Amino acid sequence: MSEIQRRDPRKEWIARNRLHPQHLEVLAELGQGAASEWMGPSGLVRKNPHAVGFTGPHGIKRIDRSGVQQGAGGGVGSATTGAERKPLVEIDEPAFLVAVVPDMTGGRLSGHDRDLLGLARQLADADPRAPGAVLAVVFGAHKEEGFADAGIDRLVQLEAPELEGYAPEARLGALVAVEEAWAPRHWLVPDSKLGGADLGRRLAARLGERPATGVWQLEADAEARGEDGSGWRCTARGAAGTLDIQRPLPRVALALAECAEPVSETRHAAERLTLPQALPAQLSRIEDLGQVAVDPAGVALSEAEFILSAGNGVRDWDGFHRAARVLGATEGASRVAVDDGFMPRDRQVGATGTWVTARVYVAVGISGAIQHLQGIQPCEKVVAINMDPGCDMIKRADLAVIGDSAQVLEALVALVERQREEKRHAA
Amino acid sequence: MRPEPSKTAPLEITVLVSVGRHPLTGRGRRADQDARGVELARALPAPEVRLLHAGALDGGSEAALRGYLGMGFDALTLLEQPEGADVLPALADALSEASPQLVITGERAEQGEGSGLLPYLLAEWLGWPVVNGLAEVEDVQDGVATLLQALPRGQRRRLKVRLPAIVTVDGAAPAPRQSAYGPARRGTLEAVPGPVSLDGDWESWQVQPARKRPKRLKIVKAASARDRFKAAAAKAEGGGGQVLTDVTPEQGAEAILKLLKEEGVLR
Repeated sequence: MSEIQRRDPRKEWIARNRLHPQHLEVLAELGQGAASEWMGPSGLVRKNPHAVGFTGPHGIKRIDRSGVQQGAGGGVGSATTGAERKPLVEIDEPAFLVAVVPDMTGGRLSGHDRDLLGLARQLADADPRAPGAVLAVVFGAHKEEGFADAGIDRLVQLEAPELEGYAPEARLGALVAVEEAWAPRHWLVPDSKLGGADLGRRLAARLGERPATGVWQLEADAEARGEDGSGWRCTARGAAGTLDIQRPLPRVALALAECAEPVSETRHAAERLTLPQALPAQLSRIEDLGQVAVDPAGVALSEAEFILSAGNGVRDWDGFHRAARVLGATEGASRVAVDDGFMPRDRQVGATGTWVTARVYVAVGISGAIQHLQGIQPCEKVVAINMDPGCDMIKRADLAVIGDSAQVLEALVALVERQREEKRHAA
Repeated sequence: MRPEPSKTAPLEITVLVSVGRHPLTGRGRRADQDARGVELARALPAPEVRLLHAGALDGGSEAALRGYLGMGFDALTLLEQPEGADVLPALADALSEASPQLVITGERAEQGEGSGLLPYLLAEWLGWPVVNGLAEVEDVQDGVATLLQALPRGQRRRLKVRLPAIVTVDGAAPAPRQSAYGPARRGTLEAVPGPVSLDGDWESWQVQPARKRPKRLKIVKAASARDRFKAAAAKAEGGGGQVLTDVTPEQGAEAILKLLKEEGVLR
């Protein structure tokens, strides 16, 4: 659409003619409807309620109070998305660095990582005259696109074959190289079982710092400006979560989830940095032999990573169980499938069953009752296979396939088995 | 094929045990993860297990320590330390003197700071590798241990580590056996003197019973009242999900397989 504004003399004439039947519509169209409010001669605000709104298609006067009409004045072409509207904050000459080592579960920033980055921003932005920069250290390839929105100023991506998998010693060496290159003022690591708790403690032991573990609160405190001069006081959980320890914030801190609000109002540069020298080669005494196949039926539903869930639309139950076995998914079910006796009660997903936290949730023949959708709220990716294109599950799903669930599952099983067969032949 | 126990030297294991705290009553007990570590050590072929504890000995802690003896041990080595001491130098000295093949501990203590740092500091001090969150020790052969590490979501990872090493035990390891009363009474606590260093930092910190953490509020940052209402009343929706209509089952299956592979849940 062209941005050039063109005058329409006929519309202007109608706008001047109060008695014209299309007068109000044209006024609204020209954006002069806002003339329902003006400053009177004595400084009083005068309102003309008759000038508000427009005549709808049935001849009834409509008033749209959503603000869409005023906002739409700029036209569709110049509509800005939320991401563009956020102000971009660039810190060219940071006074100091706050290093964060996110877990990057599944190649993306987790909620815990975002909370930690929010905490790092608190530390970095405390003094507006000498702002610090948040440095994120990421290992290996990732799928994350929102580094800038998460509040990262500088990004170091370390990619090497020896850093893949469980390689705590190589990763520790890389972090020590980062420490030598930039000497961050603070190191923040998530205190999570996904690797952060292990790596952070290794780093603290190597740097000779006494870290704060299980940090869940941080406040500025002038008294804490002791020998280390951090000026921050943190509250940390101790003794298996039964004690609160208040202490000055040390250089290395391992923080719990929800330790701070994630960054939401600003964008940051997420500028790439590279290490000045190559990573030191070191002999690893720990060898990763890879993950072990675990019986998916033995994994608790609430902590399963990949769930194949069946609902009322499933007729071929043998095919469903076979698909779950071949895909290596934990089985779930909607309430109807459980009530009808096709699945045991402990497999029920939803508000009245189990609240699941799967990364991938495949809903087969589930229309998506609100109780069920509540139960799958934390799931990252939802795949729906359903006959009805209008159901709620399709609206929630990241990928929806409209079709007969038995046939789709059968095709999926055949596809997976064929690929495994090919891989076996190739090997 | 397991070699004859008589031919090979017995595997020397030291289990570091601590005094736990019952989560409800607050009384001293066997620490859960340490007891699992003892159980793990007993399950190995031809082990020579030694229990080591560093700390103060009083009425409550003695009952808890005797709980470990009741798992089938005659003696427990006790490095006597005053209340609030840093046990690291004493433990490091004792371990470098005894030089066991494998040191097993829990992940973190149930009393005191409970930071879970001790195995890492010991490993740094002794120069040994450390592996966290163990579910099982599968095999020990030729100075290399094959371990099964517990991951979140019930997953397991197999690792090989060169001995001597320090390993910590996860809550997913097999549950400890019951402590028998008779052996617990008969066993002896062998007190050994060790270097004592006081923990000054711990004294200077404020410690109080844990407060309940505030629940995070869902903050809606919206410009207009209509947006706030929509956010409050909205149903869960993915937004921008891909919908495949009029596709053959094969095409649908291919799209699903692509997503499953991207997410890395297929093995």
